Amino acid sequence: MSAFIQYTLQGLAAGGFYALAALGLAVIFGVLGVVNFAHGACYMLGAVVSAVLLDVVGLHFWPALVIVPILMFLFGVLLERVFVQWLLRLDVLYNFLLTFGIALVLVDLVKRRYGVSGLPYEQPAGLRGQLHLGSLSLPTYQVFVFAFSMLVCVLVWLLLTRTRIGMIVRASTEEPERTRALGINVNRWVTPVFGFGIGLAGLAGVLAAPFRAITADMGGNFVIILFAVVVIGGLGSVLGAVVAGFLVGLVEAYGQAYASSFSQIAIFVLMALVILVRPAGLFGRQETA
Amino acid sequence: MLEVTCLSAWYGEAQVLTDVSLAVHEGEVATLVGRNGAGKTTLLRCVMGLHRSLEGQLRLDERDLDRLSPNARARAGIGWVPDDRGIYASLTVEENLTLPPVVSADRAWPVEQIYEAFPALADRRASMGTQLSGGEQQMLAMARVLRMGSSLLLLDEPSEGLAPVIVQRIGEIIRQITDHGVGVLLVEQNVTFAATVADRHYLLAQGRVVEQLDNAQFQAREHELLEHLGI
Repeated sequence: MSAFIQYTLQGLAAGGFYALAALGLAVIFGVLGVVNFAHGACYMLGAVVSAVLLDVVGLHFWPALVIVPILMFLFGVLLERVFVQWLLRLDVLYNFLLTFGIALVLVDLVKRRYGVSGLPYEQPAGLRGQLHLGSLSLPTYQVFVFAFSMLVCVLVWLLLTRTRIGMIVRASTEEPERTRALGINVNRWVTPVFGFGIGLAGLAGVLAAPFRAITADMGGNFVIILFAVVVIGGLGSVLGAVVAGFLVGLVEAYGQAYASSFSQIAIFVLMALVILVRPAGLFGRQETA
Repeated sequence: MLEVTCLSAWYGEAQVLTDVSLAVHEGEVATLVGRNGAGKTTLLRCVMGLHRSLEGQLRLDERDLDRLSPNARARAGIGWVPDDRGIYASLTVEENLTLPPVVSADRAWPVEQIYEAFPALADRRASMGTQLSGGEQQMLAMARVLRMGSSLLLLDEPSEGLAPVIVQRIGEIIRQITDHGVGVLLVEQNVTFAATVADRHYLLAQGRVVEQLDNAQFQAREHELLEHLGI
């Protein structure tokens, strides 16, 4: 039983990374109609930047948790202004070519500079060791990752449902053309939303830094699972991204625990089953399918 | 107020509007009457700036609309009630209502006035948009442009699928706002309803304006028109 709870926690912690990154992917797709294949690379960059800042200027985990997402937001703004904005008028094929190309460039730049062996990152002070709850003992860091990513998801949810900006983002996600015709300058929100999505991927990267191997390739496998997450949740659905993120984290963890050779396949079997029953994903609307 | 001059529009190779010219004046209701596929909705989309494959001139209050984006046109005073009502599923009734900006403070209906005019919406202000019935969605789409304070309304079949009482209510509201100088371009298949609210009528067939009638002529020929339109 206690092993099961540990696997569950492991799944929820991994799910936290998926949920945060998928949330970013979902708002970007919603408002820009762009599927960002560079999202895994941005997650990787979040982790690498944290490690480099720790090494070079001694910036620790806690400040990095705030500063790195802001840097990644700015990086997203730059990407959008320089490259992504030109996609909005082009065939979707260019969307794939550009964002996939950006991912390759980022990965190779990191490889060139920092090699492939991985960067070190210590578990942050206060989050080391085990948390003892009665007879249970759980890795403190995993508990933190789960709680923190849930908190961020809830905050993003509040931002989307309780503010005027969120209302405009929801409206633009649902029906960009009609929203323009109602006098809303949707284009004005495109750049900040893209930056915000990249910032969330970067945040997932910071959280992953003490927990996963920090290598240039860490985003490759991640982005593939991320797409399974958004397909399961429903592309463009914010709630779907969060729920499916944690769900996929759990499936992966149980898979690794009980049938390790099938753990990756299990995610895609889940995806296939969801598509068979609900082609638009768990929370997707039919027309987005 | 609105002047459409020699408007032609295409979907790919297919021409859907040919040399359409029409005008809507302040405080006036003009209707576009025609069969399905005559090009009525396309014309409204051209005015709104959503259909871009076009030639000809569109002017609002002497101002050229060509270079204005859809959101700039909405801010210039054009309020659109689309044929699918255009209610957001992910927004509540109140959010649907307050999403667009107020474009003219003088003309805009405050939210309280809207709820007074449409009590059904007041009761359901916290419901999600698509939990409303078809009639309530139509009222919400109308209410939304009233709250914006638009000076020209483009109404795409506002009476479609509604109970007669509600159609009557919408007719009253149209008359009420035109008394305050708002112009209305109304796409309508319900000829009887059109005759009760409109001042002038444009008959559209195969993308061309085939006839322009004032309301008296229109009423006199209602039966003939019904047959002609096949509706």
